[in-house]
Amino acid sequence: MKFENYMILEFPSRSSNEAFARSAVACFASQMDPTLEELGDIRTAVSEAVTNCIVHAYPNEYGLITLRCRILKDNILDVVVKDQGVGIADIEQARRPMYTTGGNDRSGMGFTIMESFMTSFEIKSAVGKGTTVHMRRRIQKRK
Amino acid sequence: MQFTSFLDNGHLTVALTGEIDHHCAKNYIQTIAAKIEAYTPEVCVLDFQEVSFVDSSGIAVVINALRNMSQIEGKLILTGICQQPMRVFRASGIDKLVEMKEAVR
Repeated sequence: MKFENYMILEFPSRSSNEAFARSAVACFASQMDPTLEELGDIRTAVSEAVTNCIVHAYPNEYGLITLRCRILKDNILDVVVKDQGVGIADIEQARRPMYTTGGNDRSGMGFTIMESFMTSFEIKSAVGKGTTVHMRRRIQKRK
Repeated sequence: MQFTSFLDNGHLTVALTGEIDHHCAKNYIQTIAAKIEAYTPEVCVLDFQEVSFVDSSGIAVVINALRNMSQIEGKLILTGICQQPMRVFRASGIDKLVEMKEAVR
């Protein structure tokens, strides 16, 4: 078995689920004994990924968001956020800081924050099929 | 959403509370804009003491408040910022555009 523990969540792209998703991941990750700062970083990154699904993947409808968390060996938290929405045509453009197709209540900093708060960050997308964000965060072992 | 605010000598302080994410960001943006429009302060202080979480939506809230204040040639200051919100503001670089004071711990 490559992983030590895992959980899978499925929920519709309602914005009220943003708080639920980041709290659920934080609860799951707490068994890894993270610091408050590590936990804060994970909550923030999950919030960004889920918000992207809600705002961009399903702009005119409620669609399905799947969230999978695994604890891998060496104390690594592995998080996958997946949607079956509109997809991203130009990922490089979407990742650029300050770039957004949202309104003025968006900052365009979502990807920048996921990249800087997680140990690794990967995104795969196909137009019309959906987007998958895969990120990992190593939790420092405390003495 | 209602936030406590007070005006003292041209300084408007708005005490924000809760978690700022996309779900509620519009509320924060509109509430702050309405208060700035009503009081046209020289300085607007956003008190983050009771804000336990922000994501990139919180950056949009600060940018909108900054825009509101520059329209009336006023100044924006953020105070009482806890650890998690401060990390988000630093990652975005917005701490270089707005005067920010961390929470005293």
